[in-house]
Amino acid sequence: MSPILLAEQVLNGLQLGVMLFVMAAGLTLVFGVMGLINLAHGSLFMVGAFAAAAVAGATGSFLLALVAALAAAAAAGALIEVLVIRRLYDRDHLDQVLATFALILIFSEGTRWIFGSFPLYLNVPDYLSGPVTLPGGIQYPLYRLTLIAIGLAIAGGLFALISKTRLGIQIRAGENDREMIAALGVDISKLYTIVFALGAALAGLAGALVGAIQSVQVGMGEPVLIVAFVVIVIGGIGSIKGALVGAILVGLTDTLGGVLLPELFKLFMDNSTASSAGSALASMLIYILMAGVLIWKPTGLFGAST
Amino acid sequence: MKAERIVNTSVVAALVLFPLWAWMTDAPFLITLATKAVIFALAGVGLNIALGIGGLVSLGHAAFFGLGGYAMGILASHAQAYDPIFNAPFVLEGTKSMPVIWLVAIISSGLAALAIGALSLRTSGVYFIMITLAFGQMLYYFSISWPAYGGEDGLSIYVRNSFPGMNTLDPIQYYVICVALLFAVLLFTSRLARAPFGLALGAARQSPLRVKTVGISPYKLQLVAFTISGMITGLAGALFADLNRFVSPTMFSWQLSGEIIVFILIGGTARLFGPVVGAIVFVLLEHLLGGLSEYWHIYLGLLLLLIVLFARGGLIGLLAGKERSHD
Repeated sequence: MSPILLAEQVLNGLQLGVMLFVMAAGLTLVFGVMGLINLAHGSLFMVGAFAAAAVAGATGSFLLALVAALAAAAAAGALIEVLVIRRLYDRDHLDQVLATFALILIFSEGTRWIFGSFPLYLNVPDYLSGPVTLPGGIQYPLYRLTLIAIGLAIAGGLFALISKTRLGIQIRAGENDREMIAALGVDISKLYTIVFALGAALAGLAGALVGAIQSVQVGMGEPVLIVAFVVIVIGGIGSIKGALVGAILVGLTDTLGGVLLPELFKLFMDNSTASSAGSALASMLIYILMAGVLIWKPTGLFGAST
Repeated sequence: MKAERIVNTSVVAALVLFPLWAWMTDAPFLITLATKAVIFALAGVGLNIALGIGGLVSLGHAAFFGLGGYAMGILASHAQAYDPIFNAPFVLEGTKSMPVIWLVAIISSGLAALAIGALSLRTSGVYFIMITLAFGQMLYYFSISWPAYGGEDGLSIYVRNSFPGMNTLDPIQYYVICVALLFAVLLFTSRLARAPFGLALGAARQSPLRVKTVGISPYKLQLVAFTISGMITGLAGALFADLNRFVSPTMFSWQLSGEIIVFILIGGTARLFGPVVGAIVFVLLEHLLGGLSEYWHIYLGLLLLLIVLFARGGLIGLLAGKERSHD
């Protein structure tokens, strides 16, 4: 395998990783602050993608589509937080799993009802399409490079938000002791709605950004949701830093595993067995990684030990 | 407790009398539907040992359901092709005999549950939910990408497997087999829940520290419960595969894991008959709402939300009052 191909795959892994981070950040924040496990996070990803595809189809502007994705997902997030989610904070995890599973059913079928079963397409805008040449002669799609940049910018922004702003202080305080910050006069239910809507908006943005390189369809959120769970379990639930490290780790493992394992197996097997065994193992690799991390550290890499 | 017994008895009576009624009205389609409900109930009863008594919220039980299904699919596909599963070091033939298939399904899903449980039970709470989900997905993706047994397309079996002394191709006889297994497992579960093991398991759910203090390891209790739970769900998977004469990776899908939890929730958690009532209601809803609207999942979702938010004891809780048998 040539070094250029390898470098491309590393970039692909990085791109997958940062998008997973944008998705996982909301999940881990919501869990860290509210103690809620939200299966419907994947539905917010889907809502973002559909809103973007609909607006891009109507106006032709990719930027407007991204704004629509953010707004629609944030609105949907705030709505379900007020109607359903806030009743679940002091319930056990089983109730949370079931109620958010019910929300998935409603969101998925609702979207199918509005948009139909056929996938929509969201095109990469002209100014971001085509390849760029990177140092070392690597040809790489500009759009994917932009995704990496946006993802890293969001990561930077989130760290600044958490460590530097008043909202960030409240979020961190909420993770530690929710009674105390309520006693100090912070409107805790408003804080929860804001955090939930923020996480939802990020999921929606990720949906729109990823929607441009795959098709926008009902059910697109759940595979991503489950990988995002793997990410936050590896990183430690509640930790933004853990989500970033976990996301990059999962992105690289998944992408490189898919390319390298069949090659590796070819060294000691015939070609067709090697490619099928290699790809079968590669599809399980991130789960094996997760199991390995949990055996070593049962609360994830950066999780608070209980 | 008394009201719950009345509910349970009527469910048993309905399950026993159903084939008679279907036979008189000559509705084989309804028998297939009822068989599906019975098999789902069995899967739910299996999960309920871990979830209801042990408090272990597993979102990956489709793994065992799917393994049971593939145990049937692999054995029967080799048997119908007269092609041994492997030749060395000894010849292992496929089989079309249900009891053998059940045994293989129970053992293989039990071993998987032992391995998955041993790893997952190192964690608790949300981590446990997510790690079981992830193991389920691992098997799902494996079944899609492993081409030997159909990959994404699944495996078709031409003729339903055989059971000594019965004609399994007759829907009513196959229903009777499934109901008999369900009753046997229900009897086993009710004994288990009242045995020292079940009591200790329930105590480990409520207060692991106290259980540890009296010298019992919650980890071992929960691992045994998780394994038994996986075995029963695996058996249900083998029956489900035989009902459809088809296995595919969707038997491993995480939506199925969610649905098995939904059966338990609709009926009522930690109730012996909770999953049975839940599975019957679920299949009925699917049939009735599915006939009304293509988008019946919306109504199912709304109903589920209402049950979670406002009717926490499930249907048996509504019918029989809030009291529970153990806590």
